[in-house]
Amino acid sequence: MGEIRFLVVEDSPTMRQLITFSLKRIPNAKIIEASDGVDALKKLKENRFDLIVSDINMPLMDGLKLVSMIRSDPSYRSTPIVIVTTEGSQPDREKGLALGANAYLSKPIQTNELLKVVKELLKTE
Amino acid sequence: MERRENELSKKAEEFLRIFRKGEEFTQELLKENERLRYKILKLEEEKNGSAPLPHSSQIQELQERLAQAEEERSRLANHFKEVEEENKGFASKYLEVEEENNNLANLYVASNQLHSTLDFEEVMRIIIEIMINLVGAERFVIMLLDEASGVLSTIASEGMEEGTIRKVRIGEGIIGGAVQRGENFFESDLSVGSLDGEPRPIVCIPLKIKDQTLGVIVVFSLLEQKKKRLTRVDEELFTMLAGHAATAVFSAKLYSQSARKLSTIQGFIDLLSGREDTWGQNG
Repeated sequence: MGEIRFLVVEDSPTMRQLITFSLKRIPNAKIIEASDGVDALKKLKENRFDLIVSDINMPLMDGLKLVSMIRSDPSYRSTPIVIVTTEGSQPDREKGLALGANAYLSKPIQTNELLKVVKELLKTE
Repeated sequence: MERRENELSKKAEEFLRIFRKGEEFTQELLKENERLRYKILKLEEEKNGSAPLPHSSQIQELQERLAQAEEERSRLANHFKEVEEENKGFASKYLEVEEENNNLANLYVASNQLHSTLDFEEVMRIIIEIMINLVGAERFVIMLLDEASGVLSTIASEGMEEGTIRKVRIGEGIIGGAVQRGENFFESDLSVGSLDGEPRPIVCIPLKIKDQTLGVIVVFSLLEQKKKRLTRVDEELFTMLAGHAATAVFSAKLYSQSARKLSTIQGFIDLLSGREDTWGQNG
């Protein structure tokens, strides 16, 4: 099985470490971190990713803007995106999904829940 | 006369021979008839699908085999139930292990982050991050204790209006009481913290190193998705925070104090060495 490349976009180092720590449980996972949307776009140009996990509230460029920018890039049109954020209400969830995110997890996240969602998305990709 | 008798005798013998042959032929016909009737009967039985009745010993043997099969079926059914129960046990164990794994990941990340810096501001930021991202706290304050005056002062807050909770004397109210006792406080009704008016703590976590209390984390409300209940990992995180955050705060304070002292000493050294140089030049 080849390398599975993940991009974790999160401004909080604590959350970034927790998400990275969880994703490392997936065999052959290669994780690259970005601290905001701008940093994420730069890394998306430099590498190919199989799945993106992103926060919503971030400085410089928020997660929702990032999702719409990723979806406008033909090479990332079908790459699964998981949104992780403190915004737990239904409208936020719907907004994220309407912009092209594939799944939505509310903080505080359960690492096993994140892994379940990620594995499911990688299977259906 | 004698010749006639001989002829008669020959004819009689001939008749008898023919008669015997006829008898033998009739016997053979009867046998063949019986064989054919038996065959017809067999064919009729086969046609009707009815097997010949087995012998009583065969019936007994079949009954024994049936009983054995029934016993085996019952044993297998019981074994299946046992395996199913075991399977359920494994499934619930798996969920427990997954939950434990989740808890350990949270605890590992929290403690790793808390001890990753000696900068006081950074430690405060990490505590806030842990409270928001790992615990799911919405409104909370971090207070530090001034041992000399016995007053707790807010040094960082999240989601609170400025100056809501400024100072609390040790032993005063829920916060001061929790600090005085040095024990975590958990309100059974988690919705009270979000009531209108004076904010009421739902969780107080004294920051302690052994018996020395350095401060307290006070939670007033949890994020919408967390309002229902505090999980076991939340309580473990709170307990871990009580120890690790206290150590991190203490280390950071100590480090900044020693950095200040070091800077002062360095200033003296520079001053003295400068004076020595001046004296040297003058001398």
